[in-house]
Amino acid sequence: MSDTPVLKTVNLGINFGGLKAVDDFNIEIMQGELVGLIGPNGAGKTTVFNLLTGVYAPTEGDIFISGKRVNGLKPHQFVAEGIARTFQNIRLFKQMSVIDNVKIACDQSIKYKLGGGLLHSKLYWDEEQRVHEKALELLKLFNLDTKADFVASNLPYGQQRKLEIARALATDMKILLLDEPAAGMNPVETAELLDSINMIRDKFGIAILLIEHDMSLVMNVCERITVIDYGRTIARGLPSEVSNNPDVIAAYLGTDD
Amino acid sequence: MIIPNIQRKAKNPLVNLIGIIVAFAVLVILVRTGVVSTYISGILMTICISIIMATSLNIATGFLGQIALGHCGFMAIGAYTSALITKAMANSNILVGAGAPNFFRFLIAIIIGGALAAIFGMLVGIPALRLKGDYLAIITLGFGEIIRVVIQNLKFCGGNGLSQGAAGQALVGISRISNIYVVYWITVVCVFLMYCFVRSRYGRALMAIREDDVSSGATGLNVTYYKVLAFTFSAFFAGIAGGIFAHYIGSLSINNFTFMKSVEYVIMVVFGGMGSLTGSIVAGGILSALPEALRRFAEYRMLVYSIALIVVVIFKPTGLLGTREFSLTNVLSRFFGKGKAEIKDGGQDE
Ligand SMILES: Nc1ncnc2c1ncn2[C@@H]1O[C@H](COP(=O)(O)OP(=O)(O)OP(=O)(O)O)[C@@H](O)[C@H]1O
Ligand SMILES: [Mg+2]
Repeated sequence: MSDTPVLKTVNLGINFGGLKAVDDFNIEIMQGELVGLIGPNGAGKTTVFNLLTGVYAPTEGDIFISGKRVNGLKPHQFVAEGIARTFQNIRLFKQMSVIDNVKIACDQSIKYKLGGGLLHSKLYWDEEQRVHEKALELLKLFNLDTKADFVASNLPYGQQRKLEIARALATDMKILLLDEPAAGMNPVETAELLDSINMIRDKFGIAILLIEHDMSLVMNVCERITVIDYGRTIARGLPSEVSNNPDVIAAYLGTDD
Repeated sequence: MIIPNIQRKAKNPLVNLIGIIVAFAVLVILVRTGVVSTYISGILMTICISIIMATSLNIATGFLGQIALGHCGFMAIGAYTSALITKAMANSNILVGAGAPNFFRFLIAIIIGGALAAIFGMLVGIPALRLKGDYLAIITLGFGEIIRVVIQNLKFCGGNGLSQGAAGQALVGISRISNIYVVYWITVVCVFLMYCFVRSRYGRALMAIREDDVSSGATGLNVTYYKVLAFTFSAFFAGIAGGIFAHYIGSLSINNFTFMKSVEYVIMVVFGGMGSLTGSIVAGGILSALPEALRRFAEYRMLVYSIALIVVVIFKPTGLLGTREFSLTNVLSRFFGKGKAEIKDGGQDE
């Protein structure tokens, strides 16, 4: 496709009152690539995600999505530019139905406005039908369609993780950020997750940035890996290069992790 | 996989419409035969006002999940604005007379009243972007009180300032053109619009923001827009209710719009179920008819309220209906033993 990276950061950094949680972070992700972001606890991985989705505004550097500078935009504008994420601690709309969780993420594509919503116009019915079908299709990919009417918090843990991914996919993004999707999963669930990730890549052709502590998962699926520690990038490259890098080994052995 | 067609459920509105028309026919017959006296139709009017107030407050409090303690402030804005408009129209002989002209005058006035209330609702929505929970409750409380005190001191609202003592004066001579038939239909239209609102992308978005505003943003919702919209929308209908009130009661004293009144509406919302419009309708009906039934113990009204609330909270913490909606179709199909009711009782899906 094009050679503009889907996601690019230049010297990205954020300062929390003296603490440099992320410093000089540079990454380039092309369409269809799967890149891993690893590092010990507290290294700043989730903070990178928060910067990339507009939760925090960077104090230094720039973010580009498909070549467009997006610094200072609001989270929903990041979504409009084509970035979506999941959370380290699952953040579903707990009391809403499974399918409504997905429908929410379709909101930006819905065409009817306040008038149509207030009078339930023809456009309202058409759009609600379209969104309903789209949401069901996404749920089906994760075998959740039979649970569409369940309250989200009643799903088992592994399915909640999947629902969160389905929800992110409903935003029609170009790049998906997954924050420790395998955390708390048993080996069977992790294997299923791996299948899901591969399926998403085949079906949607999107780029994925993955934070993960499960090394076997990272080494298996990621094409490139960036390692950070104390907010600084200490290594980047192919999985084999990174796993033999002395700095990386030191960073991991030097902590409790 | 069979994808259910959501339009199939469109038969619900038809059943509801028939129910509404039947209820109206019963009302007309009762009024004609004199069963509904002026006194009772006054109570019905109060019930309609409470229903609009409680359902509209439910949008901000139940669906968006923000306790708002200043709902009567918006009601006051609607009441005074519409009253001043009909008075001005009467003075200059615009749309005056029995029947249709009165009705149009009334309608124009309450819609403008609602619109002005909506503008103030928007202003409250802005702090709501930064504050949540208790802090926001206090802001809305303060805002309601500010509106009250300002009106109290406006000469053209009957206020003569603090020099005349705290009681101030009333705005009198408002034509009493709220009539129960018209008010019935206005209530129906208001509830219909709110029902459609919560069953659309808007209601869905408000609930999502209530559940988690960070992931709402991360899934593409413009949280700012939806929050402000909810407060604006909610205030608009409170303004309408105020307009109905003004033209029913005939004279306005700011004491009708105190903080305690706002709390009564919050109680109705909690009582009926946060996030259930039909719950608010039932609660609005019961809790505003109750004081009349207990007329002799009027001063114990708040006591009755509190006891009712405590009982509900103990036995049904989510309110009478929780987040579910009462559906005539379900009741009918159950009643006639048509077997399986709809998959879920109303629920949030459509
Ligand atoms: N809003 C904030 N204010 C102040 N400090 C913060 C804030 N958010 C994160 N930090 C700090 O930034 C550092 C990086 O945190 P972050 O959550 O990004 O780590 P992480 O790499 O995701 O760790 P884990 O593997 O445990 O999830 C931590 O020291 C954390 O305390
Ligand atoms: Mg983290």
